[in-house]
Amino acid sequence: MLKFILRRTLIMIPQLLVLSLIIFLLAKAMPGDAVTSSFMSNPNVTPEQMEKMREKLGLNDSWYVQYGHWVGNAVQGDFGQSFTHKQPVTSLLAGRVGNTLLLSTGILIVTYIIAIPLGIIAGRWTDSWADKLIVTYNYFAFATPLFVFSLLMLFLFSFILGWTPIGGSVDIRIETGSFDYIVSKVKHLILPVMSGALLATFGTIQYLRNDIIDTKLKDFVKTARAKGVPESKVYTRHILRNSLLPIAAFLGYEITGLIAGSIFLEMIFSYPGLGQLFIQSVMGRDFTVVTALVMISGTAAIVGTMLSDIILSIVDPRIRID
Amino acid sequence: MVQKDERVTIPDEWFKPKEKDSDIAESVVRPSLSYWKDAWHRLRKNKLAISGLVFLIVLTLFAIFGPVFSPHSVTGTDYPNQNKAPSAEHWFGTDEAGRDVFTRTWYGARISLFVGVMAALIDFFIGIIYGGISGYKGGRTDTLMMRIIEILYGLPHLLVVILLMVVMGASLTTIIIALTITGWVGMARIVRGQVLQIKNYEFVTASKSFGAKTPRIIRKNLLPNTMGPIIVQMTLTVPSAIFAEAFLSFLGLGIQVPFASWGVMANDALPVILSGYWWRLFFPAFFISMTMFAFNVLGDGMQDALDPKLRG
Repeated sequence: MLKFILRRTLIMIPQLLVLSLIIFLLAKAMPGDAVTSSFMSNPNVTPEQMEKMREKLGLNDSWYVQYGHWVGNAVQGDFGQSFTHKQPVTSLLAGRVGNTLLLSTGILIVTYIIAIPLGIIAGRWTDSWADKLIVTYNYFAFATPLFVFSLLMLFLFSFILGWTPIGGSVDIRIETGSFDYIVSKVKHLILPVMSGALLATFGTIQYLRNDIIDTKLKDFVKTARAKGVPESKVYTRHILRNSLLPIAAFLGYEITGLIAGSIFLEMIFSYPGLGQLFIQSVMGRDFTVVTALVMISGTAAIVGTMLSDIILSIVDPRIRID
Repeated sequence: MVQKDERVTIPDEWFKPKEKDSDIAESVVRPSLSYWKDAWHRLRKNKLAISGLVFLIVLTLFAIFGPVFSPHSVTGTDYPNQNKAPSAEHWFGTDEAGRDVFTRTWYGARISLFVGVMAALIDFFIGIIYGGISGYKGGRTDTLMMRIIEILYGLPHLLVVILLMVVMGASLTTIIIALTITGWVGMARIVRGQVLQIKNYEFVTASKSFGAKTPRIIRKNLLPNTMGPIIVQMTLTVPSAIFAEAFLSFLGLGIQVPFASWGVMANDALPVILSGYWWRLFFPAFFISMTMFAFNVLGDGMQDALDPKLRG
């Protein structure tokens, strides 16, 4: 047990190292650097001045020196300056991280609210019409790309029906902190959250359905039934207790999907969060922001996966054996 | 469920002993089925998987011949006819430059299928070599190779792919390279798991005891028996590669206008979606979803069909 946790934690060190190296070297290889991207269009800046600027910023050092600097500063929460936004990356991210967290948490909560009951219904009444309907929906959720689905949602609810706002995170005319402000925030969240959550249900429904179908044939369930335990109690006490526990452990795996999802959702619903910032920075070659974002979300994904692995190994001892 | 009220009547002659006939006693009644024939028989019974297969065959035919037979070209602009709704002239309507959406949809199918199949094939070769060596050699080589995989597996692929695309520049080749750099890991894991399991089976030991050399064992014993899960994995790699191409193009990092891919077409439709030009989003979106769906049901069906344990 302890050995597994230790081994699983230690593997994170090379993972983070490889991630940071990949990010750093790829960012270095990107066409143009921070100086060219910020002064290219300015005719008053001579190449000599740009060269001086590079010297001052340390862009002429060898790559491993720069890498060392970057990692050292990043650990202390300093990701340098954004060259298009003219402010420290950290404060730029801080201004947007709240929106993305709100979106992601919303998606997670709605996903579970939809997926858990549906998974239980499909598993308990296998081959009923409800099960068939849920399985069909699940196939659809799996096969539809998120950006296609959110575009259709945007088209339907914002354009044709006009129920939800077209984009943004809040109506800017409303005063910050008032009750209306919160209402407006929620209104702007509904569509992106629903688009993300309706497709994210796939894994949970699939897992829950299969697990319940497996578990309900196990001997301890038969024993419970044979003793005359009412059917509803067989499910709540014996089957669901077994099947729901791993779902909680999957939370860490969800982080990777949420990061990817937030890129599309924020782009399509022009929602000012980290995902939108990421795409804008990629397009604008603002590589301090890009590297910071990939490093932070990559670390979040790696740590999340590790936590899920460890929790799962506690919940399900069979995993530990290898 | 057993029907309680249904009585089964058994005729008396069923209880008589069967006459002995030495001629037919030893004959094999059913023709022997090869693994692949057997798998095909089982796949054929799965209606959903077969309809997926039929859809993909039709799509492939349209992807090859659609642009050829269409009177309009993929990139040919026709500004007076921009954003026209579907009609007899333009079956799927036109886009903002008057380009024919019907032709572009099939051209997009070409790109999508090409990217998907190429990514799956390259994954397959890298995976077989890496996973094969790791599983067959075992010991310290295996441990080292698996550690590398474990590290790579944890990285967030989407972000790495986007970074790679920014660095390498947008083109069909770079999409395939970026997808395979991150994609081979899954395949290698599956091949290794299979090889590890099969190399200890008796028929491999028997082959060794007859003096078979390593290349022969790999070629004759290991590879054919690992094919089932590998083919399933390939069927599932194709849709994820198609999806990845679509989102890269959608983000503007993939195929570039005026050339068409489903992702590009969806991206083009984004700014005008609120003007009601529904056909510009509907057709690429419909075909992306249907293709992913078809590959997934086919992959699921193949998984069941190729599993020798389910052989009845």
